[in-house]
Amino acid sequence: MTTTVEEPPVAPEPEREPDLGEKRPRARQAAGLAVLRIVGALVVPIAAFALLWLAFDFLRDTDANRFVLVGVAIVVGVGGVFFLYWAMNRAVDWLPERYRGGVRPYVFVGPALVILAVFLVYPVINTIIISFGGRQPGSGFVGFDNYEFVFTDDSMRRALRNTLGWIVIVPLVATSIGLAFATLADRLRRGEAVAKSLIFLPMAISFVGAAVTWRLIYGFRPEGFGTNIGLLNGIKQGLGMSPTAWLQVKPWNNLLLMVIMIWIQVGFAMVVLSAAIKSIPDEIIEAARIDGASELQVFRRIIVPTIAPTIAVVATYMVINAMKVFDIVFVIGGAETNQTEVVAERMIQWFFISNNDGRGAAIAVILFIAVIPVMIFNVRRFREQEALR
Amino acid sequence: MTLTAPLPTDVEGEAPPSGGEDVRKGSWTVSIIVLLIVVLWLIPTIGVLVTSFRPEAAVETTGWWTAFAHLFDPAQWTLDNYSQALDTAGFQNAFLNSLAVTIPSVVIPITIAAFAAYAFSWMEFRGRYVMFVAVVGLLVVPLQMALIPILRLYTGGAQIGGVPIFPDLELNGTFLGIWLAHTAFGLPLAVYLLRNFIGSLPSSIIESAKMDGADHFTIFWRLVVPLSVPALAAFAIFQFLWVWNDLLVARIFLGGTEDTRVLTIALQTLNGSRGEDWHLLTSAAFITMALPLVVFFALQRYFIRGLTAGAVKG
Repeated sequence: MTTTVEEPPVAPEPEREPDLGEKRPRARQAAGLAVLRIVGALVVPIAAFALLWLAFDFLRDTDANRFVLVGVAIVVGVGGVFFLYWAMNRAVDWLPERYRGGVRPYVFVGPALVILAVFLVYPVINTIIISFGGRQPGSGFVGFDNYEFVFTDDSMRRALRNTLGWIVIVPLVATSIGLAFATLADRLRRGEAVAKSLIFLPMAISFVGAAVTWRLIYGFRPEGFGTNIGLLNGIKQGLGMSPTAWLQVKPWNNLLLMVIMIWIQVGFAMVVLSAAIKSIPDEIIEAARIDGASELQVFRRIIVPTIAPTIAVVATYMVINAMKVFDIVFVIGGAETNQTEVVAERMIQWFFISNNDGRGAAIAVILFIAVIPVMIFNVRRFREQEALR
Repeated sequence: MTLTAPLPTDVEGEAPPSGGEDVRKGSWTVSIIVLLIVVLWLIPTIGVLVTSFRPEAAVETTGWWTAFAHLFDPAQWTLDNYSQALDTAGFQNAFLNSLAVTIPSVVIPITIAAFAAYAFSWMEFRGRYVMFVAVVGLLVVPLQMALIPILRLYTGGAQIGGVPIFPDLELNGTFLGIWLAHTAFGLPLAVYLLRNFIGSLPSSIIESAKMDGADHFTIFWRLVVPLSVPALAAFAIFQFLWVWNDLLVARIFLGGTEDTRVLTIALQTLNGSRGEDWHLLTSAAFITMALPLVVFFALQRYFIRGLTAGAVKG
């Protein structure tokens, strides 16, 4: 690795300013340092922001050609962020030498922390507060009313029930198919790579695109309203049966929506599990075969137990994804009439479409509480790994 | 969730050649089952692709599978659907908007995260461990938790007791607003991945560069960034797919007006307003998929690494 790296040029020695700090008392030095650190960390994002905002104010008011506009927007966005780090780093070079070492890390790390604080930490706290309030800002404190709504409203209860179905069925089925396919593809004489690529391909497609794609499978037109061009009903009619409005068959339509997500995520499970299977030493599997184990026994007694930790990772990832599923249900539409509501979709329904911030926030908090165990698990795992370093 | 899972680097990992003839390899049953699953998996995509190239009249009166009966009849195929989707339905504009949203939404978080990851790995400062653990904790926060407060910040700023602490910048419906939102949502994963990578670079390289008098900025830019290309590319692809395919964030912060809407919103709107015009809907759907599919086939190795690396995100 080292051989490919060119020697970094020696940085030019920054101009030094006359050192006056020596005469000051230490406490004042510390205070000055603290102020400088804070300023250093804050200036980049604020300056970046001001610059970008000014550029955008200009862009918003022009009627320039769309291509030009988009090009300029991209250049401003991409160039702006790097330019400002560079500028801030120069600014630090002009500080008295003794302060540079203390301030520079905060220039590097500050923007990330400020953005995370404003766009993630503050919102988490704010959402919890909003969830105890009414429809709109300033409409007062309503206590646990919104939470009561979440657990008593018929549609919300269905959403909770359906989401439970999603987080059990999708990971279970997608992981199983992925594992089966990875095991089978591993035994192909040729074409393993192509087969795996094709299964993985839906991962590139958006949930919106996937929902439209699958509407073409589930499509339904009542008799007398044109030909049924949906694949399933095409098959049914080919067999002489009358078409079914698949997406309106309660409660099975929920399963049909889950199929879309399974279709997308099997490729992910397959790729990760396949890598795990290939990392099992050949000798172990060969030894079992020589001892007379059947292929099924090898799979159940050796392959599955060995890659169990990886299966757990894949399943956890899918549980969290299924918990937050929104696009598929939202794009297919008619969630309430078809009773296919899910929690994340209800959140948008109440917050964005019905303009009831309190209820939307309460639903979001429920989602948040559901992932807290994963969050704790994450941090604990991380600390264990750090301890091993 | 954890790093114990091996992150696969590619799908081309053919099994290592085992000595002698392996009877279990290449059995017909296995091949047929695999082929069956692959065909099953491809049917939806092929349905969309075939329909999108058929003339409107044919689409309306016969199922797309009937097109295979006259595969070589030029009257069965047309490009009109695509020109209609791009011009009349406004997908050309939406494609441009998607680019304008996606490119900065990928580059900005990578830049910010790379600087932070470098600081977390190679700079000494108080609180660095605590700060990084906090970032790891933020990995799984559902973005639903952030939507309402950010929208309020964008439309009215924030005040405590009438004192504005966040100015009203009218960011709602602007590219800048959505870049910042995507940056924030992608940042925890980016910092986490890049810090793991940058932190595992051999300290001897960094030390020797310091001996030669290079400052942190030079080390970062000339040494660490070039060495971190695999990790940067992995995150870039994950973030690209995430932003390009996102509907929720765009819906809320950019909105559905003709001017600013991105591809996913344009497709969702079309699906709602002209849900039975399959010739248009399928070509539009394919336009939204085109770029991710190109990336998929061109950069498959990085693509899969990026997606599997993204699995640590909630």
